[in-house]
Amino acid sequence: MSPTITTSSEANGNVSAATARAAASAASVAEASGPQPITMAKALNTALADAMHADPSVLVFGEDVGLLGGVFRITDGLTRTFGEQRCFDTPLAESGIVGMAVGMAMNGMRPVVEMQFDAFAYPAFQQIVSHVAKMHNRTRGTVKLPMVIRVPYAGGIGGVEHHCDSSESYYAHTAGLKVFTPATVADSYRMLREAIDSDDPVMFMEPKKLYWSKDLVDLSGLREEHVSNAEAGVSSEGRAAVARSGTDATLIAYGPSVPTALAAAAAAAEEGRSLEVIDVRSIVPFDDETVCASVRKTGRAVVIAEAHGFASVSSEIVARVQERCFHYLAAPIRRVTGFDVPYPAPKLEHYYLPGVDRILDAVDDLQWEN
Amino acid sequence: MTISADHPAPDQAQRLPAEDAVSEAVRKFGITVEDYMLPARHQIQMVDPDGRLRAESEQGTEPGHEYPLPADEELLAAYEQLVVGRRVNDQNSALVRQGRMAVYPSSHGQEACQVAAALCLSEGDWLFPTYRDAVAVMARGVDPVETMTIFRGDWHSGYDPSRHKVGIQCTPLTTQLLHGVGVAHAAKLRGEDTVVLAMCGDGATSEGDFHEALNFAAVFHLPVVFFVQNNKYAISVPLAHQSVAPSLAHKAVGYGMAGERVDGNDVVALLAVLDRAVKLAREGSGPLLVEAHTYRMQAHTNADDATRYRQDSEVAEWLAKDPISRMKTYLTGRGLLDDDGAARIAAHAEDVATQLREGLGEDVPVDPQELFRYVFSVPTPQLKEQSAMLADELAREASSEESPK
Ligand SMILES: Cc1ncc(C[n+]2csc(CCOP(=O)(O)OP(=O)(O)O)c2C)c(N)n1
Ligand SMILES: [Mg+2]
Repeated sequence: MSPTITTSSEANGNVSAATARAAASAASVAEASGPQPITMAKALNTALADAMHADPSVLVFGEDVGLLGGVFRITDGLTRTFGEQRCFDTPLAESGIVGMAVGMAMNGMRPVVEMQFDAFAYPAFQQIVSHVAKMHNRTRGTVKLPMVIRVPYAGGIGGVEHHCDSSESYYAHTAGLKVFTPATVADSYRMLREAIDSDDPVMFMEPKKLYWSKDLVDLSGLREEHVSNAEAGVSSEGRAAVARSGTDATLIAYGPSVPTALAAAAAAAEEGRSLEVIDVRSIVPFDDETVCASVRKTGRAVVIAEAHGFASVSSEIVARVQERCFHYLAAPIRRVTGFDVPYPAPKLEHYYLPGVDRILDAVDDLQWEN
Repeated sequence: MTISADHPAPDQAQRLPAEDAVSEAVRKFGITVEDYMLPARHQIQMVDPDGRLRAESEQGTEPGHEYPLPADEELLAAYEQLVVGRRVNDQNSALVRQGRMAVYPSSHGQEACQVAAALCLSEGDWLFPTYRDAVAVMARGVDPVETMTIFRGDWHSGYDPSRHKVGIQCTPLTTQLLHGVGVAHAAKLRGEDTVVLAMCGDGATSEGDFHEALNFAAVFHLPVVFFVQNNKYAISVPLAHQSVAPSLAHKAVGYGMAGERVDGNDVVALLAVLDRAVKLAREGSGPLLVEAHTYRMQAHTNADDATRYRQDSEVAEWLAKDPISRMKTYLTGRGLLDDDGAARIAAHAEDVATQLREGLGEDVPVDPQELFRYVFSVPTPQLKEQSAMLADELAREASSEESPK
């Protein structure tokens, strides 16, 4: 069989048969109009299908992503719809997956690769840190790597060792990688589409405990929004969201910790304290503006993350806010993070994970006058 | 100290270069280097799926690839472990269904590989298992409940690797193979005659660490037997997507070691091949690679849905090649196993199952302070602070439960 895949540059007006079929099938996904209860898994799956439909150079590959549809079913149906050339299983080797994606990105493709679990991305670390992150810089911008590395991450699912790591700090610490992490169903669609459209490599961190969380979401609305935003040059990249407004203190969270922060804010409200919750969404680039505006308004902040606290994204957030908002702060910024211990076995994980009570303890510590 | 490019390696004199070891083996078997390293043209099978001993000329052996039938006692011991292994697999799967275990990657159908991997080793040897090799770990003498702790979910591993000379059950694929290589290297430097058997699956042979481990073992000329259980799938991905080599055993030649493939559901052939591999490794042949053809009868784990990627008919085909019924027929036919013997073995298996039910059935209280206890030999000031914070939280929680507001 001859190759039927077109590259980005060839793509305009030259839609392959597989893509035409995909168009039909994507349309058949056509949701009943208006908001429907949709899982994050479904939204991510739809985002992949829509991106593959929109651009024939988008390819999906990794371990078990073909026939099985991924161990979390995020790639479900993509091989059936788009064919084995566009969504396929690779040999079982993460360095191979990412390294091959680099070469494909250099040659006209937009690979979206899946790492099966956070801790199984580590064999690819060399490729990610030494090449994915640096190629653009090293070639003075002549080589772009429009690729996405999807990583199901973090805990809270009773997973055994190596299936629950919060690895975002390794990537955020590496210059040249964008790091996104959605916390809502709508954002998961939005941000994955934007990640795929990005000309720079994106580490797309998917909070696996939220895969089966449902929100009322209008998928066709999101699809239209994506098109109009792209035309207008609007994006959630580098933009945090105010997940809940409040006046007394700011909870800054991302990914799996956002629902926990919201639950804490709801509990605090019952006790008469109004907490604002910021969903960081885009760790790199970071939205200093939104975060600092909130902290200047409330004068108090707690940063929440599942990852170990030491030398982490949460430490970075505290440092940035302190540098920019010192004179507005009524109390030192507090952090509620995972302990600096290896991610524990299932029966111990609830002691490790930041929970509502631990967040409220930290809020109580923010030197209130009364 | 000055470093010069051509400094002589201090141990060059004592070290038998790999080439010499291979030519030694070649001399011993009277075959070419290629014939020594390449697997025999057919897999080694001694007892067929119906439990009949195959004629010697049909066992797949060739000059230099000859395998004597293992001793009767070894075969009986293996059968007993097969029955126990099957019972353990099925008991654990039941415990998972009852919510008593977090997860269990069953080796149902692969018990012959599990048992042979353990029985081919001597007391001082080391085994490096994967997540799927709990039955092999137990067959090496590790306590059943300690073995299953990793899957019960209160700690990442439940036994002391140095006491049993069994590595922790390893999940990051093929990383353990290099640890096996390191143990063998250290043993060599210490003058011990330890052999290491390091296990992985068919899919795992695609990982970079697989390559590195084989190459290190070959270059340093170490007594490691790499044992690949080719159960045809890596979760959903069939072997054809992993490798287009003639067989996984053929990979050996690329590293300069000998490879062999064997019927992985025939414990007789497995013992014959692994016993010889261990013996050769101990005698200084360097590493060897053994590929066993078997089948994962159940889903990858309880979390997997195998109907998405394979046909029931394929599973049924392999049911007919079951390792346990074949061995029972064979041993009974040879008069080595009678009803009393079978009943005694079944009772032993039931005892182990009871041990598992009792050991895993009850809720063992977990100690949250264990989170901090083993991160370092001596806890850091930061860990002490975090430990105190958790203790304080739990104390407050307990007192608010005692005196509700
Ligand atoms: C480095 C790494 N990548 C991915 C995984 C996830 N994973 C666990 S088991 C498995 C399949 C392994 O297949 P195989 O080696 O054939 O062993 P089997 O499970 O069949 O015994 C995968 C992909 C992992 N554990 N480690
Ligand atoms: Mg396998």
